[in-house]
Amino acid sequence: MTDTDINGIDSYKKWMELQKEPLTSLAGTIAENISRVNKDIHAFISVEKDTLEKRAGRIEAKNKKGRLWGVPVATKDNICVKGELTTCASRILEGFRPPYSATVVEKLEEEGALIVARANMDEFAFGSSCETSCYGVTRNPCDTSRIPGGSSGGSAAAVAAGQVVAALGSDTGGSIRQPAALCGVVGLKPTYGRVSRYGLIAFASSLDQIGPLTRNVADSALMLEVISGHDKMDSTSVERPVPKYTDSLAKDIKGLTIGIPKEYFTSGIDDDVNERVHAAIDVIKRLGAKTIDISLPHTKYAVSCYYIIAPAEASSNLARYDGVHYGYRTKKADNLIDMYTFSRNEGFGEEAKRRILLGTYSLSSGYYEAYYLKAQKVRTRITEDFNKAFAVCDAILTPTSPTTAFKIGEKTDDPLKMYLSDIFTIPANLAGIPAISVPCGKGNGGLPVGVQFMAKPFAEETLFRVAHAYERGK
Amino acid sequence: MDKYETVIGLEVHVQLATVTKAFCGCSIKFGAAPNTHVCPVCLGLPGVLPVFNRKVLEYGIKAAIALGCDIQKRMKFDRKNYYYPDLPKNYQISQFDMPLAYKGKVTVSLKDGTAKDIGITRAHVEEDAGKLLHAAGEAASYVDLNRTGTPLLEIVSEPDMRSPEEADAYLNVLKRTIKYLEVSDCNMEEGSLRCDANISVRLAGAKTLGSKVEIKNMNSFKAVRDALAYEEERQRDMLEDGARIAQETRLWDEIKGVTASMRSKEESHDYRYFPEPDLVPFEIPAELVETVRLTMPELPQAKKKRFIEEYALSEKDADVLVEDRCVAEFFEETVKCLPDGQSVSNWVRGEYMMHLNERHTDVKGLGIGASDLARIIQLAKDGKISGLAAKEVLRACIDEKKSPDAIVAERGLEQVSDEGELERIVDNVLAANVKSADDFKKGKENALSFLVGQVMKLSKGKANPKIAGSMLRKKLGMEK
Repeated sequence: MTDTDINGIDSYKKWMELQKEPLTSLAGTIAENISRVNKDIHAFISVEKDTLEKRAGRIEAKNKKGRLWGVPVATKDNICVKGELTTCASRILEGFRPPYSATVVEKLEEEGALIVARANMDEFAFGSSCETSCYGVTRNPCDTSRIPGGSSGGSAAAVAAGQVVAALGSDTGGSIRQPAALCGVVGLKPTYGRVSRYGLIAFASSLDQIGPLTRNVADSALMLEVISGHDKMDSTSVERPVPKYTDSLAKDIKGLTIGIPKEYFTSGIDDDVNERVHAAIDVIKRLGAKTIDISLPHTKYAVSCYYIIAPAEASSNLARYDGVHYGYRTKKADNLIDMYTFSRNEGFGEEAKRRILLGTYSLSSGYYEAYYLKAQKVRTRITEDFNKAFAVCDAILTPTSPTTAFKIGEKTDDPLKMYLSDIFTIPANLAGIPAISVPCGKGNGGLPVGVQFMAKPFAEETLFRVAHAYERGK
Repeated sequence: MDKYETVIGLEVHVQLATVTKAFCGCSIKFGAAPNTHVCPVCLGLPGVLPVFNRKVLEYGIKAAIALGCDIQKRMKFDRKNYYYPDLPKNYQISQFDMPLAYKGKVTVSLKDGTAKDIGITRAHVEEDAGKLLHAAGEAASYVDLNRTGTPLLEIVSEPDMRSPEEADAYLNVLKRTIKYLEVSDCNMEEGSLRCDANISVRLAGAKTLGSKVEIKNMNSFKAVRDALAYEEERQRDMLEDGARIAQETRLWDEIKGVTASMRSKEESHDYRYFPEPDLVPFEIPAELVETVRLTMPELPQAKKKRFIEEYALSEKDADVLVEDRCVAEFFEETVKCLPDGQSVSNWVRGEYMMHLNERHTDVKGLGIGASDLARIIQLAKDGKISGLAAKEVLRACIDEKKSPDAIVAERGLEQVSDEGELERIVDNVLAANVKSADDFKKGKENALSFLVGQVMKLSKGKANPKIAGSMLRKKLGMEK
């Protein structure tokens, strides 16, 4: 499957047709390829050949040919796959096999997709580099001395390296888009509520969304069509019909207005990133769209706002990992309190503990108003900035990440420095708006750069329209 | 006693009798094998999300209206965060700053006959935790999560009660009212009604409250009375001695009959309440509240008043009849068949309720129809059967599920009221008991009873004693 002819779902399906093998044996080949490439990049925590062959067997048995029939799609290790290890790359969930699958997994399986589970990630999605996984880092296929981004680092790397054709990741502050940019693939965070969160092991409930990582924009649109929709198991999923997103690909962007927010082009962006993103702006103009300068004045508060809200919600969502019901339990305790504290101390990694402590603090009595409540109010201001902007433009263009892929270990000593990797992606999560990262060329050292488009809620069609036009026209 | 004043507030949790849990589709039926009424959602497995059962809202609104509360315009949930093995998510979905209902009251009748209003601060919806079973002799506890996620309504009273008796009266009115609505079984044995108390003592006339002591682990209404009585005395004694009362939580020990301090490491819980992000707040439709209001059943207080007026019953009797809604409705159905409120009241409060208690069942379980009970009462009233026989017929109808007339016929219970036959018996008795007849003529009333007894004996109990008595009098020239 490392055929250079395969560059997406369509070409993969064509390639599948040419192989005279049944899906079960093809699955074996896929597993072997994944294992081989995994030695270099470790995009998957584990690869189980017989599990994959069994899955292929089940797909083959179904007569109807879904839109993703036989297509290998990776799932991040925080998306529940029934009966398979789903551990959020954390020791505290070691051995956990959920008795149910996430709704998005069921939707993919309905369309015949071949699920490849356990794409590596930062532990509990806390991170921007895939370095906090308890199973070890994933390496960027473009340069294996560098990180792939995070927290959906495994998903991005697996797609970039051709281990799978597409992947699902999760995005709370940029965890799909940033690794997509750093690995040179397309990554989409849908509008909050567009895709069901049932079966996504929660990090921050009001920010999390599942989204696709793909080789191209057309695949992203198809994947979103498949996984979107209201789910009765998720009260925060929205009852809105799912449009045929693939229809928006054909339209050009003549006459569309693209906003360029000045707050996203300040210092702190590497020169090569800046150059590539400006080149993308030129392409957009050339394609007939109008660009205007806009301001999103509360952008500078976004990271602080996020790092109050997200850890607060996470501290509550992660309270259930206590050694009582499932996962890791310490062997050292002989009373309840010790069992709780030792299990959690031994089971969680450093970053997880850091965020749980931060979150607990900002929710505690005496601090709730000053931190959590205040941050939620700032969040409203940030959302209002976008509402005002979308009154005058159809989409917003920004860099996805201030840098290209940094070296493994480069930022691990300084959590705050690491947090700033998400400076351009966080606002979309706070406002709940859809955003997509599309490759826009190579920076220094041949490292991928991504350009980000954002649109107003449920305007993914606009995103696909702009992103696809850019992808074709660049 | 008058030097001090006791101040009591009660927190009552009632389990709402919906078919399924508050946030998932599991059954809430009591008594299932451990961990069988569970699913990923109520187990709090990684990745699951709660979905609100709207029936809970309807039941909650019903209770709130019955308790005279205002209803919130919006429904919003909050997370209450704390760690315990019976709480799988280590947070409870509850309501903090916007309880479903607030500012209500109930009226209780005190022993001296006066009525008193007890305020209700708030009533909110939350999910129940599971159960821990502590195995004796083992260094382990077992967790049963069947109960996790069951919908609860937590009702918090104002600290308006001034004695254990008032607390008991409040609990009884609360239970009766909510049972009437059929939104909860209110059964303390099964855990569908639980009560914690807050009690403090202060000098009479003082403006501020004394140290508040929370009492837990009271498993019956009697336990609540006893625990509060004990605690009230304990606090009064301490104040007399000049000691300071610690603000703490104490557990009631049923066996020893005392409250004991709970020794816990944490002083006060910081629950770190924040709005539940997985449940979207929504408007409570005014139409829903109206619909519930219109479909409210007649409540006990109103029914009692109406019974007193319509059926000329005493307050005491009416009180007994309205205690159980089904019994009250059965009473009225019976009166429809036999318009004699007093007689029906006597029978329902007496024999009928005795059978309910004897068989530990309810109206539906007892089975006998209102028209059948009416028939039995009618037969006794008309003198067709004796009072004693009527009781026998009732028991037989319940046991054998036959009609009263069938039982009377089968067992030959018809009283002899026929004048001719009765006269024959009376004559026989008078002939055989000349001395007694003379005694009666001389003025001994007892002799008449003896003679009536002889008539009953000779007629094998079938004679109508009233008629026999008046016939004897007539024949002896001693008519009244």
